[in-house]
Amino acid sequence: MNKKNKIKIVVNGKLLTVNLKFSLKNLIEKLKTPINKIAIELNEEIVDKKKLNKIFLKNKDKIEIVHFIGGG
Amino acid sequence: MKSDILKIANKKFKSRLIVGTGKYKSMKECANAIKISGAEIVTVAVRRVNILDRSKPLLMDYIDPKKIMYLPNTAGCFTSKDALRTLRLAREIGGWKIVKLEVLGDKKNLFPDMIETLKSTEILTKEGFKVMVYCNDDPLMCKRLENSGASAIMPLAAPIGSGLGILNKTNIKILRHQTKIPLIIDAGIGQASDAVEAMEMGCDAVLINTAIAKAKKPFQMAEAMKYAVISGRKSFLSGRITPNFQGSPSTTKKGLI
Repeated sequence: MNKKNKIKIVVNGKLLTVNLKFSLKNLIEKLKTPINKIAIELNEEIVDKKKLNKIFLKNKDKIEIVHFIGGG
Repeated sequence: MKSDILKIANKKFKSRLIVGTGKYKSMKECANAIKISGAEIVTVAVRRVNILDRSKPLLMDYIDPKKIMYLPNTAGCFTSKDALRTLRLAREIGGWKIVKLEVLGDKKNLFPDMIETLKSTEILTKEGFKVMVYCNDDPLMCKRLENSGASAIMPLAAPIGSGLGILNKTNIKILRHQTKIPLIIDAGIGQASDAVEAMEMGCDAVLINTAIAKAKKPFQMAEAMKYAVISGRKSFLSGRITPNFQGSPSTTKKGLI
């Protein structure tokens, strides 16, 4: 495996290694998360879900993917 | 009775019982309790997706947001910054504008931090959110929230999950008198009579989670709360008699042998 072609990102606190030119859309597809039931933050900025394929991840990017759960 | 509609941020509701979706044994139990309660609004929380276990069921698979209004809540937030972040994310999930703001100040008693709450209400209102605010029962702070554009004032009856019932009835009465937007009792309800009492005091709705979810028989309690809210509301609207310390016979003396 060529490490030069890989980047490390943190998704919901978990470290993941992905390929260079990996987009947020690729990530959501990889995680198989239903897009209409989540919201995404990239380095604490909310991401427009319509633009996921145009956003490419960089080394050390922090991504948060949230959804609704039961609560009071 | 004429149709008695609850209006929050220009949305109309028939049910005056709002229920939380936390603390249930399963999502199935939660969904069933909501159905029995007749609630049209449920509070939900925003949390990280479990990226390692994707087989876990999603709330939206059990409770359809098209049929029941989701009220995103900032449960667990202790700062204005966290609360704002949470609600902006909630809006992004599906365009939710009506939200519940809850900024806690104390980890043990879960009382709200009213300074942070007020600050957050002002910012969220400016961003176009319709904010239903969990707050203390302090009339002055509640007035400030109302003046800063809140869509509903939601004072606690007692600490969250305590089931102690309405501790400061005088304050709730003062709040009822001064509040022009929906006044909803949020937190502290323990049993059906507490919900009746809140409604009889003229509150517009009650929000209940633990009292239903943690009852030995949640479905039966959901039903009890449904009727408690209806009963309390009808009693309030009926105009109670003036309390009297003298007895007043129910039967006429005329024709007494």
